[in-house]
Amino acid sequence: MSEHAHDHAHGAEGHGDGHDDHGLAHTTPVSLLVGILAVLLVLTVLTVTVTSFDLGAEGNLVVAMIIATIKAALVVTFFMHLFWDKKFHLILFLTSVLFVILFLSMTITDRGEYDRDVEAFRAAQAQANAK
Amino acid sequence: MSDATSEAAESPKPKSAPPKAEHGHDDGHGNGHDHGHGHDDHDPIHAANPHLAHHFDTPQQQFDAGKLGIWLFLLTEVLFFAGLFCAYTVYRSYRPEVFVYAHYFLNTKLGALNTCVLLLSSLTAAWSVRNAQLRQHGLLKLNIIITIACACTFMVVKYFEYAHKFHDGLLPGPHFAPTEQVWELESFKHKHPEAAEYAEHLIKSAEKKKAASEKPAAVPPAAATGVVAGSGTAAPPAGGAEAQAEATATVAKEGAHAEEIHGRPTEEQLEPLIAAGVIGPKAETRDVPSKPRNAHVFFSIYFFMTGLHGLHVLIGIGVWIWLLLKANKNVFGPNYFGPIDYAALYWHLVDLIWIYLFPLLYLIH
Repeated sequence: MSEHAHDHAHGAEGHGDGHDDHGLAHTTPVSLLVGILAVLLVLTVLTVTVTSFDLGAEGNLVVAMIIATIKAALVVTFFMHLFWDKKFHLILFLTSVLFVILFLSMTITDRGEYDRDVEAFRAAQAQANAK
Repeated sequence: MSDATSEAAESPKPKSAPPKAEHGHDDGHGNGHDHGHGHDDHDPIHAANPHLAHHFDTPQQQFDAGKLGIWLFLLTEVLFFAGLFCAYTVYRSYRPEVFVYAHYFLNTKLGALNTCVLLLSSLTAAWSVRNAQLRQHGLLKLNIIITIACACTFMVVKYFEYAHKFHDGLLPGPHFAPTEQVWELESFKHKHPEAAEYAEHLIKSAEKKKAASEKPAAVPPAAATGVVAGSGTAAPPAGGAEAQAEATATVAKEGAHAEEIHGRPTEEQLEPLIAAGVIGPKAETRDVPSKPRNAHVFFSIYFFMTGLHGLHVLIGIGVWIWLLLKANKNVFGPNYFGPIDYAALYWHLVDLIWIYLFPLLYLIH
């Protein structure tokens, strides 16, 4: 955590100095890059390990998705420079995420809507078969 | 070189905005019209930056334009993959047993290895951007080479995974014809040894039952042994296939009849088989353990998602090779590292997709 705090401080500094020193964009320190990779690898081990524990019907999926999202957030924030980058790029990226969520959630909601029709159809078919 | 460096490093500063407004703008337009002829003579910014295209006023403007462009492209990529993730979500919510069944066929170790390889290449890609910014030509080339090596490793591992699946008949659509039953797999036996044994036992019992029923006189003894899988025949023959199947499912669950070897089936024996759609109402055949209905759809989704991702990795390899050739000429520096930065952003997105694909395809509980 303290390492993170340090890196953040550096990042904030970089916002002012980085532009002047290296021209066009922030330069990410190597220690931060390597630290992020270490965290990503630990999270990978964690997500594999957690599979062997039974966390209920949807529990494992939820935990796996939470870990994947933390990993994705680390990659986007530090490897993809969004932490120091123009906020407009962050808005662009979050917009795409928003639309993915809309896409998935609306499809899932809609998918449930036909369950009763499907069940009725199956029941009718079963009845016809039995005759 | 040091002169050029300092000049190049200074010109794009925000502080140099006034010159940009003064002559950068005017000259830029002029150069645009006469196709850059002789712009080296009157435009100090373009003269100092051989990689600044004539239609941009400053390296900063060129870099920002490229960066906005690559981000817009990445948005379309996210939405592009979202279609496949949507197919996955819908099908998994419909048929969870197919995913439980199919994940036993995937090698988690190879998937985890590929995850680590991609994460490592993400580090070297991000590092190469820093190298380009700081004119660390040697490190830049090294990091690009490691990135390419990781990408190739990923593809080689993927090749072995695909080859194994083709060999085992794990193909999408009508070509799906697995040569192995799920309970015969090491991954299944390791996780659920009792269930694997029980499935084998059900198969043997069904064979015995079948052999017995071929001899008409042998029906009563077969019923008396109370073989679980075959006990459907004890139901009135008028019930038809549906009734028999229902009976099998309930009987398998209740384990009402005495078993020669196993006795009443335990939770450990039944639950993994039902969850994977091997027995029970989701199974393809109800009298013997088999596979869930429509299991081939998982492999359609699997091959589409990993295939499209693999195509992106291949394209990434091509881009990195091109950049390695460029880096070999030592062209990158503080005012010109856009291509490396954009390629790295693309590469991170490819990694990002895999971060989700790995648990969704390989780590199903």
